[in-house]
Amino acid sequence: MNPAIGYTALILVSIATTMIGFYGLRVSRTTSDFYVASRTVRPWWNASAIGGEYLSAASFLGIAGLITISGIDALWFPIGYTAGYLMLLFFVAAPLRRSGAYTIPDFAEARLDSSAARAVTSVLVVVVGWFYIVPQLHGASLTIRITTGLPSWVGAAVVVAIVVLTVVTGGMRSITFVQAFQYWLKLTALAVPAVFILLMVAGPGTPAPLPGGAELFPPAGPLTADSTYRTLSLMVALSFGTLGLPHVLVRFYTNPDGAAARRTTLIVLGLLSIFYLFPTIYGVLGRVYLPNLAADYTDATVLLLPGKLIGGLGGDILSALVVAGAFAAFLSTTSGLVVSLAGVISQDMLGGSVKGFRIAALFAAVVPLGVALMTDSLALAGSVGLVFAFTASTICPLLLLGIWWRGLTDAGAVAGMLTGAVLCGTAIMWGARLDEGAPLREVLTQPAAWTVPAAFLVTIVVSRATKHRTSATMSRFMTKLHVPERPLAVKDPRG
Amino acid sequence: MPTPLLSDSALLLTIAIAAVVAAAAIVALVGFRLSRSYRELGTEAEHATFAALHSAAAAGEQLRNGLEPAGALKASRQLRTLLNCAAFAMTDDDRLLAWDGTGAAAREPESGVVMALAAKALSNGRTQVARLDVETRKALGLPLDGDLKAAVICPLKVESRAVGTVIILSKTPSAGLVRATNEVAAWVSAQLELAELSSSRTLLAEAEVRALRAQISPHFIYNSLNAIASFINTDPQRARDLVVEFADFTRYSFRRHGDFTTLAEELRCIDRYLLLENARFGDRLQVSLQIAPEVLSTVIPFLSLQPLVENAVRHGLEAKVGKGLVQIGARDLGAYTEVTIEDDGVGMDPEQLRLVLGGHHDGSHVGLRNVDARLRQVYGDDHGLTIDTGLGHGMLITMTVPKNQPGHDA
Repeated sequence: MNPAIGYTALILVSIATTMIGFYGLRVSRTTSDFYVASRTVRPWWNASAIGGEYLSAASFLGIAGLITISGIDALWFPIGYTAGYLMLLFFVAAPLRRSGAYTIPDFAEARLDSSAARAVTSVLVVVVGWFYIVPQLHGASLTIRITTGLPSWVGAAVVVAIVVLTVVTGGMRSITFVQAFQYWLKLTALAVPAVFILLMVAGPGTPAPLPGGAELFPPAGPLTADSTYRTLSLMVALSFGTLGLPHVLVRFYTNPDGAAARRTTLIVLGLLSIFYLFPTIYGVLGRVYLPNLAADYTDATVLLLPGKLIGGLGGDILSALVVAGAFAAFLSTTSGLVVSLAGVISQDMLGGSVKGFRIAALFAAVVPLGVALMTDSLALAGSVGLVFAFTASTICPLLLLGIWWRGLTDAGAVAGMLTGAVLCGTAIMWGARLDEGAPLREVLTQPAAWTVPAAFLVTIVVSRATKHRTSATMSRFMTKLHVPERPLAVKDPRG
Repeated sequence: MPTPLLSDSALLLTIAIAAVVAAAAIVALVGFRLSRSYRELGTEAEHATFAALHSAAAAGEQLRNGLEPAGALKASRQLRTLLNCAAFAMTDDDRLLAWDGTGAAAREPESGVVMALAAKALSNGRTQVARLDVETRKALGLPLDGDLKAAVICPLKVESRAVGTVIILSKTPSAGLVRATNEVAAWVSAQLELAELSSSRTLLAEAEVRALRAQISPHFIYNSLNAIASFINTDPQRARDLVVEFADFTRYSFRRHGDFTTLAEELRCIDRYLLLENARFGDRLQVSLQIAPEVLSTVIPFLSLQPLVENAVRHGLEAKVGKGLVQIGARDLGAYTEVTIEDDGVGMDPEQLRLVLGGHHDGSHVGLRNVDARLRQVYGDDHGLTIDTGLGHGMLITMTVPKNQPGHDA
């Protein structure tokens, strides 16, 4: 691929992101526009922002890559990533918005009235965030390597540098508009080339012949106990894991009230469904037109396909667009995570000052950079799937039971989180060392199906056993979570 | 083949030596600790005193919040070991709060039965010794053939009013035990008085906040009504609109419920205020806003921003010749929300401002001092107003509040 494409796309996205971050809200308003300013963010904007933050390297590159390797089975990933929002919509969005807690540790402390529970939650949130950033950086490394030919570490380092710089200098403070912009950039970056490619492949002219007798839609593999278990476990991980992602939850506070939080989630569902059409198209076409991709390059399917099928200047432009979209994905997810992690770290370890926030932001970004440089990239969608499994086994029981069960106690929550963390962490580490075909490999590499119920069970049993520890402020807090609030006074009562 | 740096046997030897050294160090450390603690404990009598004081201190900690079940239970456990009796119970004036017992008395009885025992002590405020007849023992869930036949009931008094009782069960009520129980009850009463004191301190602080709650300034009412009057003949429609705005503004500032509000609501109130001021200032008053939408739902003390804007208009711009600009900004700082109010008016001498904020000077900036005091009261001394100003250089007021305030409902 022509290195100039990579450089141009990278520089343009970085500049656009930084500019919107810094200047997005520097519009002076006069009194007559006062209502406009004090109106809260519309659900549409906020939903775009959530989409922008959520669609990470795994969605942008990983899904197409997985479809290229493993075919139709990989379609479960986009389904799971979206289904998680259904859970969020039903169980978490509105009550959490009403709770007034800004981070998950804040929620844990307010609900359980225990600083120990808060500390455990904070550590888990930071671990989850770090391991979610790592695949983003792997994606950046891969993209830089393929588009510019520079060594891998450059990509990860560039993303971390840009994110830390904007967060530390305050450019990401009004993050909603930046993230909303990123969603539409990502959608455009995938959709426009996809339309051109489809026109090339199946357009009105002479369709390009399918190479080597390949089939567009090969039959699915036979259903086995292993594959059923794997799919089930994956769905548990993805649909419960979304509930606990720190950067997604923070977005809900931009909604003025619980009802708006629900509306936002509904729109997010729509936006994600539209987005995931395109990685699927790339994956299916990639299987046919890029059959000889080396195993560690499959995640680059999306990046390589436009150049391969269209070629010439048009191909270059479309490739640049895709690369820009990929970088938007790395930057937006990473910056969202770094901001949330920095909030948690500065609050719980550095006393919560503004200077502490900056140090924490650096800390939040540099640790995963180290991990990313020391490890090799797995399939992106797969490694993000494991982070979801870990979140589902640790933070999800705390949130779901904390919101919907009066009996949850601090001891129960801590016991459940630790059980989930130990079981899921051990299974993932151990499973990664097993060879293909070893017994129990499936059970260990996709642990969510048993670690999530185990965490829930331990939480409930320990809570029952320590009934006397029920927090004294529980009833008041539960009322706050579930009673609809008075609307914010942003509407003029006289119309 | 090159010789390895350390052969296998040498390696083993090193590990063994390291292990021995480590073990010796641990033994020495533990021995040192133990010998020190024995030396410090002293004689047996002293030991007993320490144990009693320790139990008392631990129980006192639990009674810091007054008579409530969780603390009373933990305190009862400490106090039962102190008195070495079969069962120790605490009640308030209408129910059983905690029951801690061993052996036959381990099961917690019905609240009503215990209260029947306590009734007399509660009513006359004197210590009672009760013989437990068969009926009572049955009701208390004690075995009928057991030897737990006596109860000592001491009232807990706060300012000579009986607020609860301490009840112990034992085989025989010796005079020593009755006296010890009395002493324990007196000590618990003292702890309760302390708790009452600390809760009245909290109440005082709350009352102070309420007293500081900003009030609409009389000058503003007078000026607004005059400005509206001037429009009644020339522009009746505008006069009508202004009266309605004025009504809405007063409704917000006179509301009684809640000491907190959201940034969005407060901004709305400021908007009304500025509309009314605009009627007086006309083009001279310019306003610019930069509000990050993420922070609109932040909870802030009621009427904590409007006085700052009023200060900027009245003291910064009124005295200034020509146009004046008020800039209002709100930013997201991670765990905090930062609100800034800036004007390019006449400013103020920092030394004088210090006097005003310190309360040494009954100047015209009462609003500033009031907001500053309330912010410090609610969020602690780190969250007072930060003010940058100089004569002729305008004034920048910065206010930083935490976003997460679980105890405050808007």
